[in-house]
Amino acid sequence: MSALDIKLFRDARRLWAQVLAIALVIGGGVATLILAVGSHRSLDETRLAYYERYAFADVFALAKRAPKALVDQIAQIPGVTAVDARIARLALVDVPGFSEPASAQFVSLPDTGEPVLNRLYLRAGRLPEPGRAEEVVVNESFALAHGFAPGAGFSAILNGKKRQLVIVGTALSPEFIYTVGPGDLMPDDRRYGIVWMSEKALASVYDLDGAFSSVSVKLQRGASESEVIARLDSLLDGYGGQAAHGRKDQTSHAWLEHELDMLNNMSRTLPPIFLLVSAFLVNLTLSRLVALEREQIGLLKALGYRDSGIVVHYLKFVALIVLIGIAIGSVVGTLLGLRVTALFSDFFHFPFLLFARSPDLYAIAGALSAAAAGIGAIRVLREVIKLPPAVAMQPPAPASFHRLVPAAVSLDRIVSQPTLMMLRNISRHPARAAFTVLGMALATAILVVSLFTRDTMEQLIEVTYFLADRQDATIGFVEKRAENVVTQVARLPGVLAAEPFREVAVRIRSGNVERRITISGRRPESDLRRIIDVDLRPVVLPATGLAISSMLGQILGVGVGDSVEVDVLEGARRTISLPVIALVEDYFGIRGMMDLEALARLMREGPVVISVNLSLDDMHRDQFYAAVKAMPTVSGMALQRTSLANFRKTVALLITTMASIYTGLATVIAFGVVYNNARISLSERARELASLRVLGFTRGEVLRILLLELAILTLIAQPPGWVMGYGLAWIMKTNLAGELMRVRLVVEHSTYVTASAVVLLAAIASAFMVRERINQLDLVAVLKTRD
Amino acid sequence: MTEAIFTATALTKTYVSGEVQVQALNNVDLEIAEKEVVVLLGPSGSGKTTLLNIMGGLDHPTSGRLFFKDLELTGLSDRDLTDYRRRHIGFVFQFYNLVPSLTAYENVALVTEISERPMRPDEALELVGLGARLHHFPAQLSGGEQQRVAIARAIAKRPAVLLCDEPTGALDSKTGIKVIEALLGVNRQLGTTTLIITHNASIRDVADRVLFFADGKISRIQRNETRHEAAQLVW
Repeated sequence: MSALDIKLFRDARRLWAQVLAIALVIGGGVATLILAVGSHRSLDETRLAYYERYAFADVFALAKRAPKALVDQIAQIPGVTAVDARIARLALVDVPGFSEPASAQFVSLPDTGEPVLNRLYLRAGRLPEPGRAEEVVVNESFALAHGFAPGAGFSAILNGKKRQLVIVGTALSPEFIYTVGPGDLMPDDRRYGIVWMSEKALASVYDLDGAFSSVSVKLQRGASESEVIARLDSLLDGYGGQAAHGRKDQTSHAWLEHELDMLNNMSRTLPPIFLLVSAFLVNLTLSRLVALEREQIGLLKALGYRDSGIVVHYLKFVALIVLIGIAIGSVVGTLLGLRVTALFSDFFHFPFLLFARSPDLYAIAGALSAAAAGIGAIRVLREVIKLPPAVAMQPPAPASFHRLVPAAVSLDRIVSQPTLMMLRNISRHPARAAFTVLGMALATAILVVSLFTRDTMEQLIEVTYFLADRQDATIGFVEKRAENVVTQVARLPGVLAAEPFREVAVRIRSGNVERRITISGRRPESDLRRIIDVDLRPVVLPATGLAISSMLGQILGVGVGDSVEVDVLEGARRTISLPVIALVEDYFGIRGMMDLEALARLMREGPVVISVNLSLDDMHRDQFYAAVKAMPTVSGMALQRTSLANFRKTVALLITTMASIYTGLATVIAFGVVYNNARISLSERARELASLRVLGFTRGEVLRILLLELAILTLIAQPPGWVMGYGLAWIMKTNLAGELMRVRLVVEHSTYVTASAVVLLAAIASAFMVRERINQLDLVAVLKTRD
Repeated sequence: MTEAIFTATALTKTYVSGEVQVQALNNVDLEIAEKEVVVLLGPSGSGKTTLLNIMGGLDHPTSGRLFFKDLELTGLSDRDLTDYRRRHIGFVFQFYNLVPSLTAYENVALVTEISERPMRPDEALELVGLGARLHHFPAQLSGGEQQRVAIARAIAKRPAVLLCDEPTGALDSKTGIKVIEALLGVNRQLGTTTLIITHNASIRDVADRVLFFADGKISRIQRNETRHEAAQLVW
């Protein structure tokens, strides 16, 4: 090994703390990219493979009762490669020892062979035997939530009759990865399940022999989904068909897509920010580190080393640091990525997991870090190499300092001499001070952007669960009911208030943008389920007109006063034009809202309801649940409190887990920046500080001069750090906003305080570590360089 | 007298240091002969170091001409000056300027690796009496030993010229004499032209010629008929 290379390794060992600190900053950036993009890719690939292997369908439709003969006609629609017809019905179930009423989607299984589409992955047990009406397979999450194993039993109200069922197996299905019960916002595995039964048995229960009520279709690659949907709609029209839809509107797929989208958006937003910030900080730090080598560079030149040789030497040094950083980042990023992937995969109950190998990520992260570091080093090397060696080998000429105020005003009466030194030092190197401030501000900013998601989640919960949807429970009916059902429900034990509610599936359109949504109808005086506008005020619905999610308004490009076209997809299908009368602040899904009677007029029906919102007396909940379980007309019940708990347990957990990981990485970066800054300042000013020690200053006083500057710059950096953090949070919020879920940007004061506290703690820790250095300062050696 | 190795005419150097302008060299004319030992004496700021730096290709003059044999240094680019230093010049500095993270052997190797016909590093260290301390780091060596490592590093490439800036400035008399001994030994054995800057007037007795500097000019030249050995020095 050449002497220069030996120097390189020995220098790296001598400066290990700084090398490690810079490497950690690089590692933080690299880890974020690998973690975020890597886990998203793994989950996406897993989902694709899952869909592929278990034949997840492309188009779905429901009907009341369609003859099996229709299946052949559906199969002949151009572009259709496979058709699977079955019976699917929602029903109330009663689990022994579980007081709350639960509901389940009952789905038929063919009596010979496997379903053509949406095949099951059997986790335990076996499939039901043909014709055995009591044997069922349930989805794994439902089984796990109740501790069901094959052999366990529960009852269900099927077609108005209570039946005892026995679980013979548990399964997973690509169709029900994300299971959200009717009327619910969040999956609740205890209260909503999927139950598969023999087709023969289910057909006889519902009197659907030779008929089907649900059909799934697989499309050829490149086939037009909208054409198939139109043809399917017209075929099912005479059989009580509800508008067919593609995967985009399939609940499980849409939620999964949304979760992966959020992960993807996070991985597109945070890692680039982290990587760029870390690249910038490394650039800054390395350029100062190389500047400290000025005399050694002069010596190498004096000894006859060529400029290119010297540049290569220092680039090797930089490369070494970058390699250590990339290695740390890759290992940490991969490990965290595996954990996050496993966490999400558990949440989704994927039957298997494919880890995507992403060599390109390592290359991108590595190249960006290396380029940033290299450019930082070269920028300074060019300056130093331009100097004749005789000049480079001497310390830089005393910098020209200026009085901070006119000579007539003597500052030293106001501030001490050390403070004056510190102030002059900052004013002498304004660019360096500015970059230091910028570096620390960025450290604060990435902490803010990592921490703010908690605030927005709390705001979302506040608006959704405490301002808008304040009901305790919602019970849904199997079919539309006359409005007097509200009075009946109101008489159930424990019910304090009951309000009618109905939902109608529609297509809403403005220009050539259209979306499939539901319009909900409620009474104008509705107090449980309220409409909250973008100013967070409750809206009273007028007798005509439509209120829509503000997100939907953005999508359609309409505001209050504009008109939208609405195709009704149920009952008497027709198209009408409605004025938009309010934009609603909501965070889940895109929806429309109308006065109940106006909606009934629109449907050309009398006042009917599909569900009732309730306020309950906590003392009588159990009696209420028991009464609901005995109602054959009820298809399910949603509970707000449980929904909120589930939200906190799932979505909020996933988001805050990611946020915690990012916060951890941001903390490492912040510490690396502050520590390097303190160490380099010490090296840059070693002579000056040693001179002060020789003049009789104590260690404490010398430390104060050095740290005062660090403290002032750290404090100055905080307000711009908050502003930048808010800006980054805004970018992230905007990137995360989707049709299924979005947040309002809220950054609490406590978040700014926490971010700054982390940076200040990093500064204090660095101060302690630098104090050790000052104690070890070799006065003679430092001063024994040539003047 | 053999032929001239350095020829300087009207050499001038003006520095701008911070906000001050300094006339470091003022119209210096000079010839140095091959194999000569020359001592440069004078107070701080009289131009000795500036002249040495320009002769060594470490710095450019503001005006005037300087030749190394037939090669005009004043016209060379930085790259050519680097080559010139690499081939012909060995430096010894007052504060040794060793690389602290390299051992004595490795500090010498730093130069032999980029030279054309170098000695082996251990050979060079042997020559200055440090054969037993090859693998010590600078921090483990005394000041005199560090300076002898610097001399070994300077001579290991068998340079035509050895330029020494206050080589004994940081040393006590006993150690200083050892260093001068090492320099004279190299001059004797290898015929290296040697220029020594010093504040110490007693060192002038080992030189062929002594140049006295004042205010950026050579104020007086003294020629010694006989050169003293280092051991005979008193300071």
